[in-house]
Amino acid sequence: MIVRILGEGQYRIAPEKLPDLNEIDREVEQAIAARDEAAFRDALGRLLAEVHEGGTPLADDVFVESDLVLPGPDAGLDDVAAMLDDEGLLPG
Amino acid sequence: MIFKSKANKAMDKMEDPRETLDYSYSKQLELLQKVRRGVADVATSRKRLELQLARLQQESDKLRNQAQQALGMGREDLAREALTRRSGLEQQIADLTAQHAALQAEEEKLTLAAQRLQARVEAFRTKKETIKATYTAAEAQTRVSEAVTGISEELGDVGMAVQRAEDKTAELQARAGAVDELLASGALEDVTGTAKDDITLELERLASTSDVELELAKMKAQIGAGPAAAGALEGGAAAAAAAPSAPAAIEPAEVVQAAPGAADPAAAEAAKPEGGQS
Repeated sequence: MIVRILGEGQYRIAPEKLPDLNEIDREVEQAIAARDEAAFRDALGRLLAEVHEGGTPLADDVFVESDLVLPGPDAGLDDVAAMLDDEGLLPG
Repeated sequence: MIFKSKANKAMDKMEDPRETLDYSYSKQLELLQKVRRGVADVATSRKRLELQLARLQQESDKLRNQAQQALGMGREDLAREALTRRSGLEQQIADLTAQHAALQAEEEKLTLAAQRLQARVEAFRTKKETIKATYTAAEAQTRVSEAVTGISEELGDVGMAVQRAEDKTAELQARAGAVDELLASGALEDVTGTAKDDITLELERLASTSDVELELAKMKAQIGAGPAAAGALEGGAAAAAAAPSAPAAIEPAEVVQAAPGAADPAAAEAAKPEGGQS
């Protein structure tokens, strides 16, 4: 499974990690819905840490589409909320 | 919350998928240029901000010195005015310092993005040539769309980073323009020292007044000691000129005062016959 962190690049991650990611992702979503900046920052930090720890960065000459795209560590709550509304995150 | 990226469908229209590779590559080079320009723009903005900060800091230091000077001359009102202006400047400095930090972070991110994109574009060029050499147009389809989709996601990511940096730079330039105007308006003195602000003028006036007082006191001391004792030609001449002019100045004043006084009795006398008749 390929995960992109915006501003960082892509990681290959074992599919077994998906349930963990989904669990933290749910917390991120809740924090956004509640407009809770502190909870958002904490959950996003853990989500990205999970990818950093469990994943291996893709080499520069591997060109594949990501299965998941995650915001970068300094993304604002509003920015992420806007991306979610927009659904198509990356311009073509 | 997890986003799905949008694949770039625009390139599927090309007849020979290998042309798609070249087209994508040219787009990548364009973006790389754009990112590099972005890095340069952010750096320019950052430097401008640094110059402004230095000027504001200089201005703030100057106001603090003026306050000290004014206080030394016993002018607390002037010292207060200088410190009040200084606190306004300090607020500006704090704001700009925060913006400077944000801009610096943006610059670092964009620099990294440029490096990453550069590595990816170079790898893509190699891949592109390999695909073109290895596969016929018919066979290349899958490989091409895979590679192009993969890199276009990267381009999208970097493109957003450039956009963000551009927005932030534009925002800052508007702000920097306002600070430049403030610096030029005379609300802040030009640090080249050509123009003088009112506090400086007042301090200079105070300083020159006290110089005059000092000179006068010296002269008085010399006169007190006697012209002969002073010996200095200048002092003697000044004393000689001052001595007769003082009484002379009083005399005309008495004359002027006497005139209305003399006119009054005449007016009163002239009024008397009228009063007697009625």
